[in-house]
Amino acid sequence: MTETRGKVVGVNGNMVSVEVDGNISLNEVGYVVIGDKKLKAEVIRIRGNRAELQVFEMTRGIGVGDPVEFSGELLAVELGPGLLSMIYDGLQNPLPELAEQCGFFLERGVYLPALNRTTKWTFTPKVEVGDTVTAADTLGTVPEGIFDHRIMVPFDMTETYTVKSIVSKGDYTVEDQVVELEDSKGNVSQLTMKFEWPVKRAISNYEERLKTGEQMVTKLRIVDTFIPVSLGGTYCIPGPFGAGKTVMQQITSRNAEVDIVIIAACGERAGEVVETLREFPELTDPRTGRTLMERTVIICNTSSMPVAAREASVYTAVTLAEYYRQMGLHVLVLADSTSRWAQAMREMSGRLEEIPGEEAFPAYLESVIAGFYERSGLVRLKDGTKGSVTIGGSVSPAGGNFEEPVTQATLKVVGAFHGLSRERSDARKYPAIDPLDSWSKYPGSVDKDATEYARSILFRGNEVDQMMKVVGEEGTSLDDYVIYQKGEFMDAVYLQQNAFDPVDAAVSVERQQHIFGVMMQILASEFGFEGKDEARMFFNELRQKFIDYNGSEWDGDDFKKLEQEILDQVESKKSGVDRLAVDILETTKA
Amino acid sequence: MQKVYSKIDAIQGNVITVTASGVRYGDLATVNSSHGTSLAEVIRLNGTNVSMQVFTGGRGISTGDEVRFLGHSMKISFSDNLLGRIFDGSGRPRDNGPTLEENLIEIGGPSVNPARRVIPRNMIRTGIPMIDVFNTLVESQKLPIFSVSGEPYNDLLSRIAMQAEVDMIILAGIGLKYDDYLTFREQLEEGGAMARTIFFVHTASDPIVESLLVPDVSLAVAERFALKGKRVLVLLTDMTNFADSMKEIAITMEQVPSNRGYPGDLYSQLAARYEKAVDFEGAGSITILGATTMPGDDVTHPVPDNTGYITEGQYYLRNGRIEPFGSLSRLKQLVNDKTRKDHRAIMDGMIRLYAAYKESLEKKSMGFRMGEWDNKLLKYGEAFERTMMDLSVNIPLEEALDKGWEILADCFDANETGLKSELLREFWPKKEGQRQESA
Repeated sequence: MTETRGKVVGVNGNMVSVEVDGNISLNEVGYVVIGDKKLKAEVIRIRGNRAELQVFEMTRGIGVGDPVEFSGELLAVELGPGLLSMIYDGLQNPLPELAEQCGFFLERGVYLPALNRTTKWTFTPKVEVGDTVTAADTLGTVPEGIFDHRIMVPFDMTETYTVKSIVSKGDYTVEDQVVELEDSKGNVSQLTMKFEWPVKRAISNYEERLKTGEQMVTKLRIVDTFIPVSLGGTYCIPGPFGAGKTVMQQITSRNAEVDIVIIAACGERAGEVVETLREFPELTDPRTGRTLMERTVIICNTSSMPVAAREASVYTAVTLAEYYRQMGLHVLVLADSTSRWAQAMREMSGRLEEIPGEEAFPAYLESVIAGFYERSGLVRLKDGTKGSVTIGGSVSPAGGNFEEPVTQATLKVVGAFHGLSRERSDARKYPAIDPLDSWSKYPGSVDKDATEYARSILFRGNEVDQMMKVVGEEGTSLDDYVIYQKGEFMDAVYLQQNAFDPVDAAVSVERQQHIFGVMMQILASEFGFEGKDEARMFFNELRQKFIDYNGSEWDGDDFKKLEQEILDQVESKKSGVDRLAVDILETTKA
Repeated sequence: MQKVYSKIDAIQGNVITVTASGVRYGDLATVNSSHGTSLAEVIRLNGTNVSMQVFTGGRGISTGDEVRFLGHSMKISFSDNLLGRIFDGSGRPRDNGPTLEENLIEIGGPSVNPARRVIPRNMIRTGIPMIDVFNTLVESQKLPIFSVSGEPYNDLLSRIAMQAEVDMIILAGIGLKYDDYLTFREQLEEGGAMARTIFFVHTASDPIVESLLVPDVSLAVAERFALKGKRVLVLLTDMTNFADSMKEIAITMEQVPSNRGYPGDLYSQLAARYEKAVDFEGAGSITILGATTMPGDDVTHPVPDNTGYITEGQYYLRNGRIEPFGSLSRLKQLVNDKTRKDHRAIMDGMIRLYAAYKESLEKKSMGFRMGEWDNKLLKYGEAFERTMMDLSVNIPLEEALDKGWEILADCFDANETGLKSELLREFWPKKEGQRQESA
């Protein structure tokens, strides 16, 4: 706490105005004292001796004249071993521990340490007395789950230091002193395994930021093949309510091939978080054989929790991600939903009586969104290893209309757009990503020419479908009708994926490439049908077989048998090959 | 601190401002005017300027009226004596019964810790096939009924109130037409459900500030009953009126409007209410059914749109029926595998065939020739609408499933339904003749 004192002079919703008698800084944390409780708040505007603070709790009961204390520190999170598998609120309060203390309800003004103070970690020193180190250098490691958690020189220690002392290998808590560092002037810093970092400042202690390119596999066919995401990249999932944004995020959090997943449940339903909370400890991560929870951190600030903390929660999530990135790990941040975060900003901006922009969102909306997504990236660390932060944000556009400010501001800065459509979710076509509207700037698992060809079939099939609605099946030529059937076929067997089928739920890249090749042979073939009925029957049968094929064990007997059946059936009616596809077939050949 | 002020500086709409000190945010005050005494709640503090919304409205208040601060925030009496009673938004009796003042509890309390929530697991039976079979209501679910003015959503709610298998009902009326209020009361009295019901009713002619309190008061009481082990069903009608009241106050307070005049925190405000739905492990639960009328039948209007993002599915009520398409109970998968093994199959199968019926109907209206299959579908669709979609039907789930099989057997051959053979063997009704033999 600093010397600066203040007193409340106004209350408006979750914003309090405070008169201060000393120095304060923007985004500094302060506490409004009412009775025996201290409510955490953040300074968001300073004018003369008057400051506005957003309070991270309910403001009922605050009166004019109540004292305010200032911490002198920015809103920060605690970094150190023990973050994984934790469930935090937006301000990094551990929720299960809070429940133990307060019961069913979130009592205001109760703040608990983020990292367990009694757990002992086995620390192995990596430097010796006399070594010189700088910020983010590894001093030692502790095993955390399956990872070697690096204990690093705090990122804000900007000088070069000499190791003055270091403990020997052994068990320590996060509060035990493990290292002493001495700077050039002889000042000694005593370090434990934890330190703090302000959430709104990006961690930049790396050698260089690299161009993204390596794919982040999600095991969703439509994503990995058509609209892929790279490690260190960004993507957004906008969609109207009920289109399955949250389910998409949940599936990705389970299957994504990354080291760590950080879920920021930001202003959404509590029920959805509960599913993750209860299921993840039961599910096994196929990559490690341990529970999924061990690679997951959940930041949970659901819709009925205080709005100001919602704004902080996405920053808390990305800061934790950057911290693990510094250990050479690939981290995925899933923010659901960024619209709620933007709305939190809008509420605050309204209370500050700022001049509103479009739909009353603040004018700085775009730069703030851009700043957030730009904290992603693939980096080369000082020791040469690579780490990345990938950010996937869902967007909940008002009325399902993508023209609104948050979606548009997001689209400007992301590398991939996975637009969900109400039409597809109503038709129970899952994942309900619109294959024609969505796009990605990242390279995927299948050659671009091939996916473009497949997409063109889909596009033309869709056109024929639209036309058929007007002129009826009778008025459509057989050739057009076959293209329509091909498009529908591809949609049913490749774009849609059954999340409840144990095999189909997660498809490896290898398998994707293989079955894409098989599908290409069907899409590129020309067929000699007598009439539309025959064509329809042909594709219906083929579709049924392909769905069974999708549900069969990779490279198993059933898989091979069904594949042969599919190819035989195609061969039986094949009359030629589309000449545009000849070259492509060479590249996708299974 | 019980200080009296006798000078009101500003009166604007329902908001008055006095110069006072020692007042806390959210505190209550009484305003004595020549028309009687009203409560008022502090909604903004700015130095010594205290702004309050007056529950009975600003009309007729004089600058010389007396304002007395009570030194606490809005509270409501809580006890079993509430059951069977009718109150207004600020907790005053509407039914000539005694005023309740014991055991006051705070309203609008903190939200439930997500770490203490459990995955919903119990079905609430309502006796309405369109709900029980096709979009099962689940304990601790929050679900709105999207409808338009003129649809019988209040009738549906009172039917659910009477038939639902819960311990008690709290009916929160917001901007109810007086007639609707009387109908509710009459129906529940006739149905014998009054003894397990509490009414908090704000009618359309009451001051709008009171309407803002109705959901909070109702949910605070519900929460206490739930903590005592009761399974409570809260019916909110109509939440669009609640949003409109919020809009009115926000505009009076000169807040910057965000979308069609609604305040920027509309989502958070609605969520704070709906998220009160919860299943307390080891105690009771709160389930919320709300009516949301969509102005102009437009689901992208801010109120239904924001509601849809908060709730766990929705029922569309159109033409006096719950629409099978669009309506969705997002939690039904959690319970409908434990009811009867044909439940899911009947649910999916009948809807799929009903969708096919709609297509045939469309073809028919466009003048296309009807085949044999089309005629079967037309017969089926008609029977489905008559038997299953009629909201006045009150039958248990099992009976409804049996009825489903009957309709299917009446209209189709077993292999046309696309249902699993295993289920067909067990549930497909025997032909008329055979049934008589066995009887």
